[in-house]
Amino acid sequence: MLKQTPLNAKHRELDAKLVDFSGWEMPIHYGSQLEEHHHVRRAAGMFDVSHMLPVDLRGEAIRDFLLRLLANNVDKLQTTGKALYTCMLHEGGGVIDDLIVYYMHEGWFRVVVNAGCADKDLAWMEAQQKQFAPGVRIQPRRDLAMIAVQGPEAADKLWQAMPGSRELTEPMKPFTAVTVGDMFIARTGYTGEDGFEVMLPAKAAPYFWQALLDVGVKPCGLGARDTLRLEAGMNLFGQDMDEKVTPLESGLAWTVDLKAERDFIGKDALLRLPRVGPTARRLVGLKLLDKGVLRGHQKVVTPAGEGEITSGSFSPTLNASIALARVPAAVNVGDEVEVEIRARRLKAAVVKYPFVRQGKALV
Amino acid sequence: MSIPADLKYTKSHEWIRREADGSVSVGITDHAQDLLGDMVFVENPTLGRHLAAEEECAVVESVKAASDVYAPVAGEVVAVNQDLESAPESINQDPYGAWMFRLMPANPGDIDGLLDAAAYQALVESEGH
Repeated sequence: MLKQTPLNAKHRELDAKLVDFSGWEMPIHYGSQLEEHHHVRRAAGMFDVSHMLPVDLRGEAIRDFLLRLLANNVDKLQTTGKALYTCMLHEGGGVIDDLIVYYMHEGWFRVVVNAGCADKDLAWMEAQQKQFAPGVRIQPRRDLAMIAVQGPEAADKLWQAMPGSRELTEPMKPFTAVTVGDMFIARTGYTGEDGFEVMLPAKAAPYFWQALLDVGVKPCGLGARDTLRLEAGMNLFGQDMDEKVTPLESGLAWTVDLKAERDFIGKDALLRLPRVGPTARRLVGLKLLDKGVLRGHQKVVTPAGEGEITSGSFSPTLNASIALARVPAAVNVGDEVEVEIRARRLKAAVVKYPFVRQGKALV
Repeated sequence: MSIPADLKYTKSHEWIRREADGSVSVGITDHAQDLLGDMVFVENPTLGRHLAAEEECAVVESVKAASDVYAPVAGEVVAVNQDLESAPESINQDPYGAWMFRLMPANPGDIDGLLDAAAYQALVESEGH
């Protein structure tokens, strides 16, 4: 039996194609994934991301707990509403999950974790909390729904759909959040466009969804969400990284502060990891030069050795195929590599990513 | 879901149309394109290739996934639809107009052994879509 979000009936009304995503019945598209993708780049689309789990941390010494639990440095969060992207690692340096942590005040932090990781994340956080942070309470918020409104017109549409919200949300910088009554509005997203992720009580979600529909926000499925995030060069847990690889091998070194004295779970393992030499790996962007479509798990052949595509797809914005690939660390931007597709070898360029940001092609 | 009565079908979701010159046109069904979603790439067999029945001979790729296309019967590839390379979305827009390749069957009688529209309809329903 698949789990359903509070917006399931809305998806059915809109004739969505529903699929099993990490045990949740979620819309993959509402007709055309390509149109949904373009609409987010050019106007505004919305996604039901209620399968993701907000977890509130309340109590005492939460900051100390998170400084140890998370690979990114929570001390970067000093003003109310500030958000931080981070990995949560195990002792071996592998990624348990990636998440966003929001700082509201010293007695309240919120993290939002991936749907497919929620149970193990909670178990891990609770185990660490029991050992090191008796004053912290961990509160999963399954009572909340989450809707992401994304695109260059996202802010305008939000203001139209939510009269009175402009004053509060217009000054918001990227990666910050505010609360309005029982709504939690974050200027974050997974598309490379401006936009908001709004957490709100499950019961209110269908009305907010309808209000956004009524002002012309296009419902978009997880299909478009995946091509948008890939163009934006954003990792997907389970594809681009998992428990078997570290953030340093996943293009996420920027989220890990190894120089600070702070000790965090997984730090020792990261410090021991060879960054050069035959076993060192890094994540790079690929753009296919021949015709075809790059896909996850295809083999990448480089002069420095073999690698593998972690996420690949057709890029609707570039009208070409792009990928993220884990390759030997000696591979550099500008190199040409080969990708094995159905027993043939096609040429691809190693490129800097993100591939697309705010509607503009960067490669 | 459209399943024209005058075509033949395969279990792997190709449709087959008999042409006047004795060849058959092959494409993928409305059901198949609906499952795959927006098409972005088509790779057709080379002209003159001799195919065995059920041989993998072409690929269609949507944004979502790649899917093999199989030869419905044994035969020689006598035409390929090159327009699809620049307009793969025609498969979504008009699945029974967007033929992929034409085969000259080695044994014309083989076509009679393919599924008719009713049998294909039953197959699609049994797959639960």
